[in-house]
Amino acid sequence: MTQIPSAGALKRTPLYDVHRKAGAKMVPFGGWEMPVQYTGIIEEHRTVRGAVGLFDISHMGEFEIAGPEALAIVQRITTNDASVLAVGQVQYSLLCYPEGGIVDDLTLYRVDDDRFMLTVNASNIDKDWAWVTTHGGGGAQWTNVSTETALLAVQGPKAEALVGRLADTDVTRVPYYHFVRGAVAAVPAIISRTGYTGEDGFELYAPAARAEALWGALIEAGRADGIQPIGLGARDTLRLEMKFTLYGNDIDETTSPLEAGLGWIVKPAKGDFVGRAAIEGLRKRGVMRKLVGFEMVERAIPRHGYAIIHQGSPAGTVTSGSFGPSVERGIGMGYVRTELAAVGTNLAVEIRGRAEPARVARTPFHPSHTKKA
Amino acid sequence: MAQVPADLKYTREHEWAKVEGDRARIGITAFAQEQLGDVVFVELPKVGAKVTAAQTFGVVESVKAVSDLFAPLTGEVVETNAELVKKPETVNSDPYGQGWMIVVKLANPKELDGLLSAADYEQLVAGAGH
Repeated sequence: MTQIPSAGALKRTPLYDVHRKAGAKMVPFGGWEMPVQYTGIIEEHRTVRGAVGLFDISHMGEFEIAGPEALAIVQRITTNDASVLAVGQVQYSLLCYPEGGIVDDLTLYRVDDDRFMLTVNASNIDKDWAWVTTHGGGGAQWTNVSTETALLAVQGPKAEALVGRLADTDVTRVPYYHFVRGAVAAVPAIISRTGYTGEDGFELYAPAARAEALWGALIEAGRADGIQPIGLGARDTLRLEMKFTLYGNDIDETTSPLEAGLGWIVKPAKGDFVGRAAIEGLRKRGVMRKLVGFEMVERAIPRHGYAIIHQGSPAGTVTSGSFGPSVERGIGMGYVRTELAAVGTNLAVEIRGRAEPARVARTPFHPSHTKKA
Repeated sequence: MAQVPADLKYTREHEWAKVEGDRARIGITAFAQEQLGDVVFVELPKVGAKVTAAQTFGVVESVKAVSDLFAPLTGEVVETNAELVKKPETVNSDPYGQGWMIVVKLANPKELDGLLSAADYEQLVAGAGH
């Protein structure tokens, strides 16, 4: 049976013991030992779509930047326009290389007029830290608060009511991609209406030392709602059904935001930023390939790395693929030549030497239920 | 501790075989399905196909992983579980019963001596740290 090789000393989140006690299956992920599932990926996936799930995503990194030049620096190193953010607002953004490839994707929090927080992918913390401190110097202070910050995601249709019962502030007044500072179960937290599932919900940033207390309070208070802890396995199927990209699979240093369908978070009109010239050059020339979502026509499951075929010839590679528990079929994403990117285009995925029929799908694969602002 | 029925023979790759006269019914063990997680796809050979001991005869996929199925015994496939292909999750709920995969007419019944007994298999699984 397939085993993921373990690589050296793995890092652990403050909730490692809690996961072990809950019976989680732990696996290596981006240098971390993380719960992949507790009871089963499909059951956990459905719990998030139908009730509420609790995720430990404390492996993710958080950087703070503060100082009079903080906005100018953030504008220079990220692709989206941070100047439009009010204090208390969140923005999806990118760090790009001068050549136009992607260093990482991130969420940017405007904590104050001259203070921001960046939440980055766990596997990229060291690379990103080196990047932001090298390219974002002068007039502001960077702090890496990844270790002392725990991050819990509460996601699902019952998340708002649950967090609302435990919070000292009215969370119904926090719109999508906004946040407030408050306390949840008496634990100080940034309460952010964001997520990676396509469901309504919150991400709660709290001191690592209080992570267990917050986790326990949410599990206890959520019992009546049917809350369950959710592993990375369901996190992956939930995000795939939304066609949310995963760094290292769907986007990386070799992919342009324009190819990945992330042109909407690249704002050249704001002024210069790292990668702008390369991205604008590509925008003028036109992209040769696009990231599409596709569904399998027959019972078959596409996987990362499988070849995408069009009329017998290679047309691209699957970047993410799985069985989608809500759509109940094999679904995936991959880059194909631009002329093959239209919804309905017939493709095939090579699975164990056979060309299994697939077609470019309308995405998200499953309707999003996030609470739009 | 996963269930290990005493009347079956086992492979180190976590398949089971149940002798039925000159045939053997084949599936994967409770330990195997636990390790795999939710099974969402099963690919089996056609009736009439030849399978060879220790060679792959099909594929089982969970949400996360793809795993080959290894034939415990050599012979001709005389029956396959068509229901299982439609309801792959049966591998999880009933691995030794409705979750069976194929029935093989044995070409070399002596191969049975090379398979693990329930006691040996139980030890193997215990050694896997579960």
